Amino acid sequence: MADVAAVRGTGLDVSRVRADFPPLAEEVRPGVPLRYFDSAATALKPAPVVEAVREFLADYPANVHRGLHVLSERATEAFEGARLKVAAHLGVDDPAQVIFTRGTTEAINLVARSWGRMALKPGDAIVLSELEHHANIVPWQMIAAETGAVLRYVDLTDDLEYDLDSFDRLFDDGRVRMVATTGMSNVTGVRPPVEEIARRARGRGARVLIDAAQSLAHEGLDVVELGIDFAAFSGHKVFGPTGVGVLYGKRELLEAMEPVLGGGNMVLRVERDRAVWNELPDKFEAGTPPIAEVIGLGAAIDYIESLDAEAVARHERGLIEHAHATLGAVEGFRLLGPSDTAGKGPIVGFTLDGTHPHDLSHLLDRHGIAIRAGHHCAMPLHTRLGIPASARASFALYNTKDEIDRLAEALGSIKTMLRRR
Amino acid sequence: MDDPLYREEILDHYYSSPYRGRLERADHACDLDNPFCGDQIHVELAVDGDRIKDVRFDGKGCVISQAATSLLAERLEGATVEEALGLGPADVVKLLGMPLTPTRMKCGLLGWKAIRQALTPKDVTA
Repeated sequence: MADVAAVRGTGLDVSRVRADFPPLAEEVRPGVPLRYFDSAATALKPAPVVEAVREFLADYPANVHRGLHVLSERATEAFEGARLKVAAHLGVDDPAQVIFTRGTTEAINLVARSWGRMALKPGDAIVLSELEHHANIVPWQMIAAETGAVLRYVDLTDDLEYDLDSFDRLFDDGRVRMVATTGMSNVTGVRPPVEEIARRARGRGARVLIDAAQSLAHEGLDVVELGIDFAAFSGHKVFGPTGVGVLYGKRELLEAMEPVLGGGNMVLRVERDRAVWNELPDKFEAGTPPIAEVIGLGAAIDYIESLDAEAVARHERGLIEHAHATLGAVEGFRLLGPSDTAGKGPIVGFTLDGTHPHDLSHLLDRHGIAIRAGHHCAMPLHTRLGIPASARASFALYNTKDEIDRLAEALGSIKTMLRRR
Repeated sequence: MDDPLYREEILDHYYSSPYRGRLERADHACDLDNPFCGDQIHVELAVDGDRIKDVRFDGKGCVISQAATSLLAERLEGATVEEALGLGPADVVKLLGMPLTPTRMKCGLLGWKAIRQALTPKDVTA
């Protein structure tokens, strides 16, 4: 039955999807299969992505642009083809609005420095929340220190959700120039109401940046429909390679912004004392780009697009609901964030009473279970919660409810093992 | 599934270490934390001449960071300062009785670093 659905291009055949991700068939130790719940750190890579990267490196590993030989033309075509795929995935007509970076972090730094230097004046405000990853906090702290701008944090509710009333109040003095928000918390999975945030921020004349590093692996992002100014994501969290990310920006802003990195490719003409910047997107892509990684990202986007997005969303909703129910039944399990799954993605941040997340992660590994433990590059959120660290199980389209049951069992046995005797 | 690193002896050092607490009079002390996982350790030592009389520690953290510190305290009571400073990461691993992955080494060595810093206040790179 599942095969029939797959042929029709509807539904999700999870066993077929799993076969695309070789590590899922591996045993981490003899008799111990891998249960991978660390996709929020980096997603596994499907075979077509690995093959696209291998093919480039093996068959046509030439530099892109300005090469007039066969290999370079083939590389350029694949490289620029990936840009077209990313643009289409984001609902963008103009591929020049898609800038390749090394990752989400570099993309946000680019906006903070380039747009920030252009637009921020002393006393201007940047709005963030404690849900943000350090990558969407520290670049703003740096540009605030440089320009005299200030950071303002929106209140979170007790369930660690965005408080829109407090959000509105931050605009009272008319100084907010930028609202930078995650599309999905990497600790709790909470999805701030980005449509509403974007609408309200734009109505007050502020720019909007969405950090889509977590959300894009689970849901689409139509930057044009949202009317946002910038969006950033990383290839490796959407089943692509590490070392590549994307910055989307509105054309008029990208046109007005100064490049951050100078070098080859980002210039049209260089004289002894000055240079003329290249057109978009090259203006922001100095030096040889991560060609293999960009081509791999293109293959990852193809992979995502080949699946029935609604079926993927249904499957992942099933996973998070199952996780809340099963893990929640483990003695001492404390969920971080809302227990209602409606406003969150497939990420479970938690603590287990009497167990340090690091010991937990270490011992789960003995069961072949990969989770993450620590502050997840979200120290302000952990400070707010009054805990130094947490554990996180994050799911992707290749996970199953059965795997989550194994996690629940393992948590129970670890609790017993670590019991004070 | 048992893990020899978390054997009973180690858990005893974690839950009910005789070295957990404070000294009435400490000659050396140091606070360190590992922001990576939020482990915190406070160590204090009482020294008589060149000999370590008492070691106490306090802190919050994972089993490995706390138990390793307790094991070190046990090892160092009665030892000379020179001997204490001569201990290296390999000795801590030997006390734990199990090799550690590079990530877990940070946990395992927190107390060791704190003791080194306490005994040599200028040695911040220890």
